[in-house]
Amino acid sequence: MEKTPKWVDVALIPLLNLLIAFVISGIVVLLIGEDPIKAIKVMVSGALGSPYGWGYTLYYATNFIFTGLAVAVAYHASQFNIGGEGQATLGGLGVALVLLAFPWPHWTIALIAAMAGGAIFGAAWAAIPAYLQAKRGSHIVITTIMFNFIGAAVLNYMLVNVLRPRGSMDPATARFGPATHLPTFHDFPLIGQFFSKSVPANVSFFVAILACYLVWVLIWRTKLGFEIRAFGRSETAARYAGISPVKIVMAAMLISGGLAGLMAINNVMGEAHRLVLNSVEGAGFIGIAVALMGRNHPFGVFLAALLFGFLYQGGGELALETTIPRELITVIQALVILFTGAFDNMLRAPIESFFVARANARKEA
Amino acid sequence: MDFATIIEILDSAVRLGTPLLLACLAGLFSERAGIFDIGLEGKMLMAAFFSGAVAAVTGNAWLGLLAGVGGSMSLAFVHGLASITFRGNQLISGVAVNFLASGFTVLIAQSWFHQGGRTPQLSGNGRFDPITLPGAEAVKDVPFLGPIYSNLLSGHSILVYVAFAMVPITWWVLFRTRFGLRLRAVGENPESVDTAGISVIRMRYTAVAITGVLAGLGGVYLATGLAAGFVKEMTAGRGYIALAALIFAKWRPVPALGATMLFGLLEAISNRYPNIDLGVVTLPIQFMQAVPYILTVIILAGFIGKAIPPRAGGQPYVKER
Repeated sequence: MEKTPKWVDVALIPLLNLLIAFVISGIVVLLIGEDPIKAIKVMVSGALGSPYGWGYTLYYATNFIFTGLAVAVAYHASQFNIGGEGQATLGGLGVALVLLAFPWPHWTIALIAAMAGGAIFGAAWAAIPAYLQAKRGSHIVITTIMFNFIGAAVLNYMLVNVLRPRGSMDPATARFGPATHLPTFHDFPLIGQFFSKSVPANVSFFVAILACYLVWVLIWRTKLGFEIRAFGRSETAARYAGISPVKIVMAAMLISGGLAGLMAINNVMGEAHRLVLNSVEGAGFIGIAVALMGRNHPFGVFLAALLFGFLYQGGGELALETTIPRELITVIQALVILFTGAFDNMLRAPIESFFVARANARKEA
Repeated sequence: MDFATIIEILDSAVRLGTPLLLACLAGLFSERAGIFDIGLEGKMLMAAFFSGAVAAVTGNAWLGLLAGVGGSMSLAFVHGLASITFRGNQLISGVAVNFLASGFTVLIAQSWFHQGGRTPQLSGNGRFDPITLPGAEAVKDVPFLGPIYSNLLSGHSILVYVAFAMVPITWWVLFRTRFGLRLRAVGENPESVDTAGISVIRMRYTAVAITGVLAGLGGVYLATGLAAGFVKEMTAGRGYIALAALIFAKWRPVPALGATMLFGLLEAISNRYPNIDLGVVTLPIQFMQAVPYILTVIILAGFIGKAIPPRAGGQPYVKER
C-alpha cells in the first residue's frame, strides 16, 4: 500500500475542502440576492484593510487559538471535546474571581494569577466528563454537551445572585481594577503607533502563540504526548503497552479544559475588563472547526484561527455595510466543519487512490 | 396549590413536552439503527423556520408542515450522506448540521422578511388551532374528571395528538414488525443483517429519513403550534434535551414518553415558579433549567441503572472488512 504525499494530506485536501465551503457560501449569498464578490471585498477590507481591522482579527484569532488547541489536544487522545464553550465560560469565572479577590499591583502578576484561575476552572469543568469517560464509560461528547448547558446555568446563577454589584441590574461582575488591564497593541513599543486605542488585541495573543509552541512540545516531544498519541491511535495497543487509559484520558482532557479556560485572559481580562453573560460568544464551538481545519497540529491551529478571526471580523463588517447578517459566518463555519470533518472521505478517497495509482505506475515504468 | 393550578401546570407540561417527545422519538429511530444524531436541534430549527415562513406566506399551516418537514429532511440527508455514504464522523456531522441550521435560518429569514431573523406573526389558518375533543364542553363541570378531560386532554393542537400516537406506533414498528427487527439489528450487528442479504445502507438511510420527519414535526409544532411564527434560535437547546431524554429512556419508546413529559414538567414548573422555596434551601431558576442535563450526566455515569446505547452506534459500516 503506497502512502499519499504528505503535502496532499496537510495542505491540498484541507484547502480543497475550504474552497468547497467558500463556493457553497458564495452560492448562498447569491441566493439571498447579494453579490458574493462584493461580500468578499467588504470582508477583506473590513478585516485586513486597516490596523483597526487587523486588531480585531488578531483579537478573535487569540480566542480561537486557545479553543482550537483545546479541541486538538483532546483529539490526539481520540476524545472529542465539544465542551470548550462551557470550559471557557467557567474559565472566565475563574479569571473574574481571581481578579476581584485582590487589589493587584501590576498586570504582570495579575496575568499569571488570572491564567492559573482560568486554566484551573476550565480544567475542573472538563475533569468531571473526563472522569466519567475514563472510569465509567459515559460518552464524552454527550457529557461535555450537557456540561456546556450546566456551565451556562452556573454562570447565570453566579452573575445574577452572587457577583452582581449592589444596585446594579446588569448580570455582570464589577469592573476589574485598572492595574489588571492588559497592555493592548496600542501600548506596545514600535507597533503601538499603528494600532488605535480601541483595538482589543492584547498581550494574550503572545500567550496564545506560546501555548501553540508548548502544545507542540507536549504532543511531539514528551513521554506524555507520545502516550496520548499512542492511545489515540489504538486504545488496545496502548493498553497492551502498559499505558493507563484512565491517566491518558484524564491528562488530555484536563489540559484541553485548561487551554479552553485560558481563553478568558483574552476576552474577560484583556477586553471586557469584567465578566458578562455569554462572554465566550461561541468561540468554544469555533475551536472545533479550527482544530479540524488545522489537522490538530498547533501550527495548523494557528493558521486556522487566523482564518476564523478574519471571518469573524469580516463578518461583523459585512453585517454593518450590507444586508447580509453576520450569521453568514455560522454557515461558513458549519460548512468548514462539514467538509473537513464529516465529508472528509468524499475528496480523500479519490485523491488518495489517484496518488497511489500514479506511484504504482511510476514504479512499474 | 389547588387542583386547577395542577391541571394548568400539567397542561403546559404536555405542550412543552411535545416537541421534546417528537425529537426524542426521532433520535430513537436513528440511534437504534446505529447512527448517532446530535443534530436533532438543527433539524428542529430548520423545520421551525420553513414551517413558519411558508405558513406566513401561504396562510396555510399544512403547507407550512410540508415545508418544515422538507427542511428537516434535507439536513437528515446531509447527515446520512456524511455518516453512511462517506463513513464520516457522525458526531462532527451532527455538530455541522446544528450550525448549518443556526446560520441558514437567520440568513434566509432576514433576506425574505427583513424582520431581524424572524418570520411574520402567524394567525388564523397559518397556525394549528387547538382541537376540542368531543364532549369537552359538556363534562367541564364534572368534579375531578371534568377538568382533566376538558383542560388537560382536550384543547391541544393536532401535532400533540400525533406525537402521543407516535409512542405506541414506534413501539409497534420497532418491536413487532420485520422492518423494526432489521432496523434494530442494523444498530446492533450490521454484519448479520448484511449476511442475510439486506442492504445496511438502505436500512440506515430509511431510519435517518424517519428521524428527519419526526424531528421536523417537532420543529413545526414549535413554530406553528406552541408559538405563532419562527424566532431566531427558537429551539433553545430542545434538541439536546431530547437527546438527554433519549439516554434517560435508554433508547425505548414508552420510557421516552415519560422522560420527555418529565422534562416538559420541569420547564413548566420553572416557568411558573422561578424560585422554589423548599424551606431549607431555595432552588434558583437556573438550577431548575439545568436539571435535565444534570440528570442525564447522572444516568450516563450509571448511578441509576446503566444506559447502554446500541452496540454499532457511531460506527460506519464497511462491507467486507
